[in-house]
Amino acid sequence: MSAPAGLPPRPAAAAFSPVGPGGSREAAAPAGGAAHCHNGPVQSQMQFPPGYGSHPPNYSAPSGHYSQVPNKAAASHLDHQYRASYYPGYYSAPAQNVMTPSVGSNVLNAQGSQQLYNKTPPHTGGASDGPVQGAISSASYLHMSAQQSYSAFDNHYSTSVSSSVASQGFPLNSDHYAMPVVSGAMYPSVSYPPAAAGSAYGQTFTSQSLPAVGQFKETNAFSSQSTSVPHSLQQHVPAGYNTTLSTISSAQSVQDNLCRNLPGSVAKVNNQIKTGGIDSSQPVHSVSQNVAFTKPGVGTSASSAVVSSVRSPAPSLSSQPSSSPSVTQSPELALQEALDSSSTTSSASPVLNNYDALEGGGYPDTRSVTSSPVPAPSVPQTSKASKPFGYGYPALQPGYQNATPTTPVQPSNPGHHPGFQHYPQHYPGVNQLSSSLGSLSLQHSQQPESLRPVNLTHDRNILPVSSVPAPVPNLNSDLRKLNCSPDSFRCTLTNIPQTQALLNKAKLPLGLLLHPFRDLTQLPVITSSTIVRCRSCRTYINPFVSFIDQRRWKCNLCYRVNDVPEEFMYNPLTRSYGEPHKRPEVQNSTVEFIASSDYMLRPPQPAVYLFVLDVSHNAVEAGYLTIVCQSLLENLDKLPGDSRTRIGFITFDSTVQFYNLQEGLSQPQMLIVSDIDDIFLPTPDSLLVNLHESKELIKDLLNALPNMFTNTRETHSALGPALQAAFKLMSPTGGRISVFQTQLPSLGAGLLHSREDPNQRSSTKVVQHLGPATDFYKKLALDCSGQQTAVDLFLLSSQYSDLASLACMSKYSAGCIYYYPSFHRTHNPAQAEKLQKDLKRYLTRKIGFEAVMRIRCTKGLSIHTFHGNFFVRSTDLLSLANVNPDAGFAVQMSIEESLTDTSLVCFQTALLYTSSKGERRIRVHTLCLPVVSSLADVYAGADVQAVVCLLANMAVDRSVSSSLADARDALVNAVVDSLAAYMSTASNLQQSMLIAPNSLKLFPLYILALLKQKAFRTGTSTRLDDRVYAMCQMKSQPLVHLMKMIHPNLYRIDKLTDESTIHVNDRVVPQPPLQKLSAEKLTREGAFLMDCGSIFYIWIGKNCDNSFIKDVLGYPNYASVPQKMTQLPEVDALSSERTRSFISWLRDSRPLSPVLQVIKDENPAKTDFFQHLIEDRTEAAFSYYEFLLNIQQQVCK
Amino acid sequence: MAFTFAAFCYMLSLVLCAALIFFAIWHIIAFDELRTDFKSPIDQCNPAHARERLRNIERICFLLRKLVLPEYSIHSLFCIMFLCAQEWLTLGLNVPLLFYHLWRYFRCPADSSELAYDPPAVMNADTLSYCQKEAWCKLAFYLLSFFYYLYCMIYTLVSS
Repeated sequence: MSAPAGLPPRPAAAAFSPVGPGGSREAAAPAGGAAHCHNGPVQSQMQFPPGYGSHPPNYSAPSGHYSQVPNKAAASHLDHQYRASYYPGYYSAPAQNVMTPSVGSNVLNAQGSQQLYNKTPPHTGGASDGPVQGAISSASYLHMSAQQSYSAFDNHYSTSVSSSVASQGFPLNSDHYAMPVVSGAMYPSVSYPPAAAGSAYGQTFTSQSLPAVGQFKETNAFSSQSTSVPHSLQQHVPAGYNTTLSTISSAQSVQDNLCRNLPGSVAKVNNQIKTGGIDSSQPVHSVSQNVAFTKPGVGTSASSAVVSSVRSPAPSLSSQPSSSPSVTQSPELALQEALDSSSTTSSASPVLNNYDALEGGGYPDTRSVTSSPVPAPSVPQTSKASKPFGYGYPALQPGYQNATPTTPVQPSNPGHHPGFQHYPQHYPGVNQLSSSLGSLSLQHSQQPESLRPVNLTHDRNILPVSSVPAPVPNLNSDLRKLNCSPDSFRCTLTNIPQTQALLNKAKLPLGLLLHPFRDLTQLPVITSSTIVRCRSCRTYINPFVSFIDQRRWKCNLCYRVNDVPEEFMYNPLTRSYGEPHKRPEVQNSTVEFIASSDYMLRPPQPAVYLFVLDVSHNAVEAGYLTIVCQSLLENLDKLPGDSRTRIGFITFDSTVQFYNLQEGLSQPQMLIVSDIDDIFLPTPDSLLVNLHESKELIKDLLNALPNMFTNTRETHSALGPALQAAFKLMSPTGGRISVFQTQLPSLGAGLLHSREDPNQRSSTKVVQHLGPATDFYKKLALDCSGQQTAVDLFLLSSQYSDLASLACMSKYSAGCIYYYPSFHRTHNPAQAEKLQKDLKRYLTRKIGFEAVMRIRCTKGLSIHTFHGNFFVRSTDLLSLANVNPDAGFAVQMSIEESLTDTSLVCFQTALLYTSSKGERRIRVHTLCLPVVSSLADVYAGADVQAVVCLLANMAVDRSVSSSLADARDALVNAVVDSLAAYMSTASNLQQSMLIAPNSLKLFPLYILALLKQKAFRTGTSTRLDDRVYAMCQMKSQPLVHLMKMIHPNLYRIDKLTDESTIHVNDRVVPQPPLQKLSAEKLTREGAFLMDCGSIFYIWIGKNCDNSFIKDVLGYPNYASVPQKMTQLPEVDALSSERTRSFISWLRDSRPLSPVLQVIKDENPAKTDFFQHLIEDRTEAAFSYYEFLLNIQQQVCK
Repeated sequence: MAFTFAAFCYMLSLVLCAALIFFAIWHIIAFDELRTDFKSPIDQCNPAHARERLRNIERICFLLRKLVLPEYSIHSLFCIMFLCAQEWLTLGLNVPLLFYHLWRYFRCPADSSELAYDPPAVMNADTLSYCQKEAWCKLAFYLLSFFYYLYCMIYTLVSS
C-alpha cells in the first residue's frame, strides 16, 4: 500500500496545493470561495469534509496575502516532509502529502481500509458537520498520539500515511481528475495563465509547479466528484503511480498558470511543491490537515486561515511538489529557490511531526510557524491543534518561519534574475518569489541561484528580509526529506568536495555544527532489546543505509554488509513483518533509543545537584543570594529527576560551610570547616540529601540563607577549597555542581591575582591573559569529568574576576558558563531579572548525566578538532559529564581519502546519556550530504552561517594559543582567500569588482561583525572578562544563538502592520523586515528593536511618534521616558499589543530570556546599542564598505 | 689513534643517543595509546571506564611532560659538546633540531603554566597526529645520528 500510496498522494497533494494558491488568489473572488465550498461538501462525503470546510474560510483569508500563503505552504511542506520520512520506503514515489491526508481519509472510509485511522470515523461522520468534527477529531487524535507512547504514534502515522497516500495518490494521479478540476470552477478563478509571462520564475516553476497543478485539479475533481469518487480514486491509484510523469506535466502546466497569475502564490506553491517533493509530505499533510481542521472549525482565518487555505491547497501543493520534484529533477532557478525555502522549512518541521513521543519540548510557546500573510485575527483554536504537529517547532528560529513571508515586504533580492529587481513593484507576487528565492540559497546542480554572482560593492541590500535559512543539501527528494534538521546538525559545506585538494582550493573550512541535545517537541523513542548497529564501525542503523535484501543491510559509513537481526524484521509501527526498511530507525534521521543493560556497567546515576554559593561580603552586597534561593524554592519541584534526586549546599567565604540536611533534624545544621589548606568533609553523609525526604529542611535553609550572612565582614573568597570539597562530595555519584562566584578567589588553592591592566582595554596591539593563569581549575575540571561531575559557573561580578582561569572549571567538565557583569540586585535590575530568568531555565531544563558523544563519518573523512565544552576522551569520543539542551558543539574535518567512489557522505552523532529519570538513552542524529567534484558546486553548497560560526570557534582557539591579532588576520584572510578562489574560478567575472557567489554574499558582512564582536574587537574598550566570556560563548553556543550574537537583528517597530504576520498560538505576530545594521536606517521618527540574542535594545528616535510612545511605552512623550526602562507596559492598544507579541515571540524562540532595554538618544547605554551597528564606521574599525574595499584590494593583489 | 675530546664527545653522545631513541619510542607508544582506546565502544561509554581512561590520559600526559625537559637538555648538551669539540659538521646537523626544540619550549600558549601535552588539548586529533609524526621523525633522526656518531667516533679514533 504504502509504496503505491506514496505515489498517488503526490498528485493529490499537488492538486491541493494548486487549490490553495488558487484559493488564496481567489479568496477575494466569490467564485473561488464557492468552488471551495463545493469541494468542501464533496470532501465531507469523502470524509475529508473537515479539512475542506475549513478551507473555504482560509481561502478567503489567504487571498491577497501571497506572501503568507507561501509560508503556510512551507509549514505544511515541512510537515509533509516529516511524513515523508515515515514513508522512506516510497522514495521513488514521493507521495504528496498535502492532499493525501484528507484524501487518504476519504479513501480510507470508502475503502474501509485496514488503516487504523481514528480520524477516519469522524470524517466519515458528517458531510456538513464533518469538517468540524473531523478537525476536532484529528486534533484530539494528534494530541492523544502525542501523549501516547511513541509506538502508538508511529502506528498512527504509518497507517494514516499509507492510507492517505494511497487514496490521495490515486486521485491525484489520475489525469482525469485533474482535467475536470481544471475545467471546474475551482481553478478557473485561479486560472493561471500558463504563459507565465515573463518572469523567469514562471518558467522555472513551470516544471515543478505543473505536477502540483495537476494535483490540484485532481483534488478538486475529487471534491466535486463526491462520494463516488473514492472508488474511482482507488482505480486510479495504480494509474497514478504509473503516471506520475503525466501528472507532473499537468502539474507543470498548472504551475505555469499559477506563476503568471499569482507570482506570490506560485512561489508558495513552488515552495510547497518542493518541500513536498523533497519529503513525502503525507504525514505532514495529516498534520497540517489537523491543524487546518481545527482552525477551520473555528472559522477563524488568521494563521489558521492561512494554514487552512494552504492546507487544502498547500497539502496538495506540497504533495505535488514532492512528486514533481522527484520526477522532474530539473530545478529551475525559481523552483530551486522555492525548494530551498521549502526545504528549510521542511527541515524544521520534520522534527515536529514525526514523533509522537513528546520529549521534553523545551519551548512550548515557540511553535510558530504558521506564518500567514493574512492578518488572520482570530483562530485561537488553531494553536492547540496545531501545536503538537505543525507548530511545535520550538527550536525553529523565527527566521526560518518568517523567511518566506517577509520576502514580500522587501523585494530586495533580485531573485534569480537580477534584472528582475525592477519588476517587483509591479508584480508583488513575483517579487516575493524572487526575493524569497534569492534569500534561500539552495544549490541545485541545475540551479545556479546560490552561485549567482553578487557584486558586493554595488549591491547594498544583501540582507534577506527575514533571517537567513540554512541551505538545503542537493539531494534527491526522498533523501532530503529524511535528512536531519539543520537546527541539530549543520555542515559548513552542504556539498562535500571530493578530495582534500578540492577543499583546499575552495579555501572554506569543512566542519560540522551540532546541537545534539536540543529540545525537541517530538522525537521517536525506540525501545528495543537489540539496537541494530554496524558490526565493524558500530554505526547505528539510519535512514541512509541501503538494504541489499530483506536480510542484509550495508553500512553507509564503512560499507560493511551486516545482517538484519530477526527482531528488526518486525515493525512495531505497522505491526507488520518483513519490512525492516520501514522501522522508525530507518525512517527518521533523529531518533532516540532506550539503551539496554549492555550500555551500562553500573546502575544509572541519580540526579545529584550541588550548589556552591559565595557568601563573602561582596556577594551579600550584590544580593544575588535572594534571587538564587527564591528561584530554587520556586523550582524545587521542577528540578529534573526521579525519587532518587539528591541535593546539597556548600557556602564559602574565607571558610567553607556545609549544611547537614539529614531527614529528621529539626533545622538545617551548619558545619564550618576553616582548614582550607586541607579541606575535608565534616560528615561522610547527609550533606547530599534526598530532595523529597528532606524537602522541608531544604526549604528552611533556602529561606534562611539570604539573611544568614547579612552582617558578614569577610571579604575573602576561598573558591578553590570549596570546589575541592564539592568534588569530594560529588565523586561517589557524579552530577552537577553549580558555582556562584562574585569575585576573584583570594584564598587557598586556586587563588588568582588580577591580571587586567585597565589601560590596555582598548589596546589595538596585544591582548594578553586570554588563557588561564593557573591549571588548578583545569585539573579540577578533569577530575570532575572523570567522576561524571560537571561544574557550571555563574559569575556575578562587578570587577575583574579572571574568567579566563575560572572558565576552565566548566570548559573541561562539560559545564556551562553564565556571566553577569556588574551584577547588583537593586542597582542593576536588568541583570537581576536576567539572572532570575536564566536560573529558571537552568533549573528546569532537561539534563543528561554521564554522557558521551561520538561523531562518526563516512570512511575517507576524519574529524580532527572539536570545539565546545567537554573532554576529548579518545579521538572520536567526547566525554560530557553533563549535557544540557543549550550546548552546541563544532568539529573540524579533513578529507583523508578521496571520495571519488561515493556520491553521498554521512555523519552520525550518537549521544549516550543517563536521563534524569535514570534511563540510559542514546540520541542519534544522521546527516547525509552529496559529494561534488567541481569547485563551483562546493561554493554553491556553502552554508555561510555555519562557516562563520566554525571560523569563530577556530579564531577563539587561535587567539588563546597565538594572539588576538593573529586570529583577526586569519578571519580576514578566510574571506579574502575564499573570494579570491571563487573569482579565479569564474573567469567571466570582471576582476575589478568584488564578486561573491550568492551563497557567500553575507560572508564579508558576518566576518566584519565578528571582528567587531566583543571577543575579537580591538581599539574599543573591552573588559577582559567580557571578552573572555564572549569567547566562551562562541565555543559553546549552538549556531542559532551564536549568529544573533555575531550579527544582531534590527527591526523597525514603530509602524508594525498586519502585513506578513504569522500566527502563534492565538496571537498575531507581526513580522517586520530585517534592517541593515547601520545608523542610516535609524530615523529620528522611528523606534527600533535590536535583537542581540541575550539582550533586546529598543531605540527610540527623538521625533518618534508620540502615539507610539504613549501606547507602547506608556509615557506621554519622549522626554518623560525614563533612562532605565526594562519592561513594556501592557497598554490596551493595537500597537502595544503588536509590539509585545512580537517581542514575546522573539523571546520564545530562545531558551534564555533576553533582557529588554529601552534606549534614548542621551542614554549612557546608547554606546552599547550603537556598537552593534556593525556596518558603520567606528574610530577603531572599518565600515562595511571600507571593509569590502579592503578585501577587494587584497583579493586583487 | 688518539683519544681526543671529539672522540669522547662521540662516545658520550652514542650512549645518550640510545636514551633519546628510547624516549622517542616511548613517545610513539604513548601517543598510540592516547589515540586508541582499546575497549569496545560499549565499554568506552561506561562511566567506570571513563574514570580509568581519564586517569590513564592524565598519567601519560604527566609522563610526557616529564620527559620534555630531559630530552631537550640532552640534545642541547650534544650541541654544546660538539661546539666545544669544534665538530662543525655534526653541530650543523644538530642545530636545526636544537632550534626546533627551543621554539617548542618557549612557544608557551598565552599564560598557561603548562607546556605541551595538556590533556584536553593533546587529545585533539590534529595535535595528536602532529605529535606522533614528530615522534617518528625524531626517532628516525636519532637512529641515523646514532650510526653517524658511531662512524664518527671510530673515524676520529682511527684517523688521528
